[in-house]
Amino acid sequence: MIRMAFTSVKNHKMHTFLGIDLNTWWFLVFGAVISGYAILDGFDLGAGALHLFLKKEQSRRIAINAIGPIWDGNEVWLVIGGGALFAGFPVAYAAIFSAFYIPFMVFLVGLIWRGVAIEFRSKEPMLWWRKTWDIVYCVASIIISLSLGLMLGNVVGGLPLNKDHEFTGDWLFFFNPLSILVAITTLALFMMHGAIFLTMKTENRLYVKMRLLSNNFTVFFVISFVITTFYTLLYIPHLSDFFKARPGYFVIPLLMILCIANIPRQLKKGKYRYAFISSAVTIALLLVMVALEVFPYLLYSPQNPAGSITVYNGASSQKTVKILLIIALIGTPLVATYTSFVFWTFKGKVKLDEMSY
Amino acid sequence: MDVEILARIQFAFTIGFHYIYPPLSIGLGLILVIMEGLFLKTGNRIYEQAVRFWIRIFALIFGIGVATGIIMEFEFGTNWSTYSKYVGDIFGSALAAEGIFAFALESGFLGILIFGWKRVSPRVHFFSTIMVFFGSLFSAVWIVVANSWQQTPAGYHIVGEGINARAEITDFWAMVFNPSSVDRLLHVWIAAILAGAFLVLSVNAWYIVHKKHLEIARPSFKIALTVAAIFSLLQLYTGHRSADGVSHNQPAKLAALEGHYDSSSRADMYLFGYVDNKREKTMGIKIPGGLSFLVHGDFNAPVPGLKAFPPDERPSQVNSIFQFYHLMIIVGMTMIGLSLLGTWFWWKKTLFDKRWLMWIFAFSVLLPQIGNQAGWFAAEMGRQPWVVYGMLKTSDALSKMVTANQIIFSLILFTLVYIVLFALFLFLMNRKIQHGPVDYGTKEHIEEGTKRDNPILEHDPDGIYIRKKS
Repeated sequence: MIRMAFTSVKNHKMHTFLGIDLNTWWFLVFGAVISGYAILDGFDLGAGALHLFLKKEQSRRIAINAIGPIWDGNEVWLVIGGGALFAGFPVAYAAIFSAFYIPFMVFLVGLIWRGVAIEFRSKEPMLWWRKTWDIVYCVASIIISLSLGLMLGNVVGGLPLNKDHEFTGDWLFFFNPLSILVAITTLALFMMHGAIFLTMKTENRLYVKMRLLSNNFTVFFVISFVITTFYTLLYIPHLSDFFKARPGYFVIPLLMILCIANIPRQLKKGKYRYAFISSAVTIALLLVMVALEVFPYLLYSPQNPAGSITVYNGASSQKTVKILLIIALIGTPLVATYTSFVFWTFKGKVKLDEMSY
Repeated sequence: MDVEILARIQFAFTIGFHYIYPPLSIGLGLILVIMEGLFLKTGNRIYEQAVRFWIRIFALIFGIGVATGIIMEFEFGTNWSTYSKYVGDIFGSALAAEGIFAFALESGFLGILIFGWKRVSPRVHFFSTIMVFFGSLFSAVWIVVANSWQQTPAGYHIVGEGINARAEITDFWAMVFNPSSVDRLLHVWIAAILAGAFLVLSVNAWYIVHKKHLEIARPSFKIALTVAAIFSLLQLYTGHRSADGVSHNQPAKLAALEGHYDSSSRADMYLFGYVDNKREKTMGIKIPGGLSFLVHGDFNAPVPGLKAFPPDERPSQVNSIFQFYHLMIIVGMTMIGLSLLGTWFWWKKTLFDKRWLMWIFAFSVLLPQIGNQAGWFAAEMGRQPWVVYGMLKTSDALSKMVTANQIIFSLILFTLVYIVLFALFLFLMNRKIQHGPVDYGTKEHIEEGTKRDNPILEHDPDGIYIRKKS
């Protein structure tokens, strides 16, 4: 119903490409960047979140060095995502970050501490030093994952916005049941993803341990995912309107369930690369579902639908969106090429050497 | 305190802290490229050891630069959401280009730079070093373009009114090449290169004074000295171009830089002095008519003074702007003098015998840092009360819904985090410098024993338990 109201707001002078308007294209680009971020930083955040499950100094060190050369590059996707939102949808950028002021500051401080912990941990031989940084690293990774999930949950559930698209609630609002459930699911998803990644990168006894942890975190993820799904279906039915209205799209959740089911199957077979790809695809499909549910909204306001921000009323001018798409068209193949080159360079099991963290 | 002052303090603090690091990575990037290039060309292991040493320091600096930079990107949205909406169409596209063209390039190849020595060939490693340097250069391009657009807006038109007014791009290339962007970009690039060069000079001077690692310190010092001499002289030119640009595009800022109030009189250029903000008078040692000469080529021509602008359209902290600007110039001149002096003694073949000069160089790392900070403060405070010159006032750019308490909370949080971060940075820098450019696995290194950078604990072949199994 509200969705329909917006077709009239839609500017008639919109430029299109392949029959899809440019704003929607940029929404797709933004979604792709966020998925890229979740998949890439997801495994290193997950590896951080399960860090304290490893008991040996050497194991912890190997686990950190498994993500060592790439975590920084993974985090850049967040910067690109922030830039993509700022550039294409400045109204949404302004509303989201001034609304999520406190959780976002906590998230940012978490990012700083995590980076510092990775850098500092192995600098001194004292056990107390390494233990302290291990705890900082693990706690920061958990806080980052939870706050990402919390913000995602609130974006999905909607925020109270006034007519100028400004947030009118306070920070206690963010702790609603849906967002808390999404936060826990995000953490579980990242932990599973990270555990599978570490299984790929380790050998010997640590490898055996990681296999066990991969199974456990897969169970953790499936449980929290099922609870969140049932909660959403029961208490926030309008979030599944899209799929109810278009049964053909049910193929996406179905595909995702197959993907999730494939993870334990591949784990059992010892095919960790396939398990990792499955969990990466699961993350992508989850975000595709979120995108289909919220589109054309970037930030929905159930209390005051007129204050909602869509990809149309929150976007930059057509000229800017066009420029951005050109930038993305030139930039994406470049980034993809050298990212794969870097990942390929560091493929295989981790070996500690004198340049290691 | 009101939200505006708090938000400005927070921004100045976080950007000031951030701005210590990226210039160092740009400057060090160039030095790394030169050193590794020399290694590949000559095959001399001295250069390899030097480049390996500086890559470790580069990694540390880069890490803190990224961490503090992510905060900057989102601070526009948290504290300055009206500004974000107003300039998003323009600023955002520059920021997006920066992310995709610069940051991704830099961080992607950094992994190979640090951890890839054994995994790729020397040529591929050298290529990665060049890519990291290019990435850091590009990252300066887009952010300086965005900032220059705030100083001298171009290629846009205004759509909407009141709170919904915003600037939209009409001409992308006119926006990118706005009147001040090229001059300011060159000025920032060179300042960054100087920051890197003086860091290398300083550390190596310290080694030379203490007679340590001489066989590596001396050639490294000469590389950095060459870079410093060339670029500090070039900076004179870009500095002049920037000042010239300001005189055409931002007359109120120019007047504030030199504390010039009276439009009817000739304008003086000060070496140093003091501006009495209340009585609107400037005192100090000056070149009479110097500013008139800069602007018009005539010592007696009048230049618009601050009094020509309504009080709410000109900067109020004139003395601070004046001092920051002159501090930057003094520091710049000192760097020219110091590097020329060094070059002179190098030519006389007595460079490394001058202990007093080495001591001065050991502390010279502070010069470009002071210059960079002072220059930015002058540029940003000189633009006040505007955040986008002539279009949007800083007081109108705030997030409407953010309260003073939220900003105080985050300001305290950042202050604490940054103090710890800075202490850890100094601690680690000191360790790496104390450790020196010693090759791992060599006799010299093994004798150094415990000073290994990242010690591996090997008491037990199976690794030791950090926590007892329960």
